Amino acid sequence: MTADLPPAAARRTRRATGRAAAIPRPNLLYILPAAVFFGFFALLPLVLVVALSFTTWTGIGDPEPAGTANWERLFDDDKVFAAGRTTLLLTVLSWTTQTPLALLIGVWAAGRQRNRAVLSAIFFLPLLLSSAAIALMFHRFLDPNFGLAADLGPVFGFDDGNIIGTRGGALAAIVFVVGWQFVPFHTLIYQAAARNIPAVLYDAATIDGAGRVQAFWRITLPQLRNTIVTSSTLIIVGSLTFFETILLLTNGGPGISTHVLPFLMYRAGFENYEFGYAATIATLLVVAGTTLSLLIVRFSGFAKMRSTLEGL
Amino acid sequence: MTGAARSRPNLLAGALTAAWLVVVAVPILAMISWSLQSQQDLLDHGPLAPPTDVTFENFAAVFDMGFAGYMGNTLMVTAAVIVLTLLLSIPAAYAVVRSRSLLASASFRVFLLGLAIPAQAVIIPVYLIITKMGLNDTLAAVVLPTVAFNLPLVVLILSGSLRDISGELYDAMTVDGAGSLRMMLSLVLPLSRGSITTVSVFVGLGAWNSFIFPLIFLHSPDKKVLTLGLQSFRQEFGINLPGMMMGVLLSALPIFVLYLFARRWLVAGLAGVGGK
Repeated sequence: MTADLPPAAARRTRRATGRAAAIPRPNLLYILPAAVFFGFFALLPLVLVVALSFTTWTGIGDPEPAGTANWERLFDDDKVFAAGRTTLLLTVLSWTTQTPLALLIGVWAAGRQRNRAVLSAIFFLPLLLSSAAIALMFHRFLDPNFGLAADLGPVFGFDDGNIIGTRGGALAAIVFVVGWQFVPFHTLIYQAAARNIPAVLYDAATIDGAGRVQAFWRITLPQLRNTIVTSSTLIIVGSLTFFETILLLTNGGPGISTHVLPFLMYRAGFENYEFGYAATIATLLVVAGTTLSLLIVRFSGFAKMRSTLEGL
Repeated sequence: MTGAARSRPNLLAGALTAAWLVVVAVPILAMISWSLQSQQDLLDHGPLAPPTDVTFENFAAVFDMGFAGYMGNTLMVTAAVIVLTLLLSIPAAYAVVRSRSLLASASFRVFLLGLAIPAQAVIIPVYLIITKMGLNDTLAAVVLPTVAFNLPLVVLILSGSLRDISGELYDAMTVDGAGSLRMMLSLVLPLSRGSITTVSVFVGLGAWNSFIFPLIFLHSPDKKVLTLGLQSFRQEFGINLPGMMMGVLLSALPIFVLYLFARRWLVAGLAGVGGK
């Protein structure tokens, strides 16, 4: 990610050498406000979250030191392990449903035909709604008495229409709603990337007698490799932290079966006023999220991936 | 994407997209249809029937519940987030690209690291900071952290586009006796209009739809933004499903209008996130 800095700097230096008049350069005052702002509201919290995990704080007054009590509680908390497992399950399910769908629709939407353009315009509609609006809309559709669930539930084996009343149904509903919301976004990424695949590759394949399926496996997929990594990173890191959909769709239920880590953190802090413990869960999330994205960056060359969107 | 292999109709793709069209369109059509009928009509004819008797009573009900106030707050938050993000990030991106100072490139590296911080994961310390600043239950409490978490991606996108400005243009301005401030205002700003629009759309949509910072910071009814308003509609409307749907529909209406008239910019703004 940072690897492109030194060459750019070197270029600038080269360009400037041998020039008589000094070109005015922006001084540090230009970047200082942004840096201070970012430091105060984004980096300081990163330090504070760890510090707070060693305190108790009710949200009023000042945090009190509490030693490692929160951490001992965390490693003893069955709910945390259950939430971790649920998070993992939702991540895997989200990735395995969203990636193939978005990839296929994106490649399809990359075609320049008129009907594809019109349909794509419809496919992108969910992007215009907020997560809150989408979750509340589906919450109403899933109402077992009045919603679509009363009609659709029996089709999927829920005779009483109470889909979100069971663990499996609630998890499936979350995966569906999150997919409904985010597949269009990933479709957009794949569409842009597929349009950048040189047409000459397909022409060459056709001359060699390759059919459509072969062209997809041997040209489209390998060419989209970087995009697949980008999109997957966003899905995986996103699944780790998404929480609005769960709060508004199932409120963690039935029981604790759709509790995920951010949901536990929110409950501990803003409902039980145990901000110290909430910060402990948050630290776990920060470490997991940051490690995950840095790992993906490290092993996939994130800087290269941006180029798949150039020209959009 | 042309050639012989592409000329036969692609049945598999056709079937898949038709199925996806149903998945996407049915909820949206149902939302619109519900919001235009009375609760009784919905109960009588079922969730998938079109309204037999189009009514605008839900429209009035939503406004009776303070929708206009929520919308006003959302507009203020969105405008403030866009303006503040641009005010901080344009000079920063300019410095990242043009400054030779090591501190500038070090700051850029820190910004890039910030891309990996999940905002939801640090809401607890952000809550502590905002509370200590005495900003709890103000719109500023939502704006400030939202802007901070926008900065890494926005500076990255803007500095990317600023790199395309040729050095000769700066040279020419130097000959004219311009300082770095004038270069930013009359060279950098006009030449990066496209990417500034893109990031404004992206940042604005994020602010319009944001939920978690409003959820933890805004408590008084007159401070709530649209997304929170929708949440309270759920309790207030109870089993009045059409009223709820009208609220959902109206909350997205300005974005729908933007989509109709400025689709290219909106889609580009959304895809800008793909660079993350």
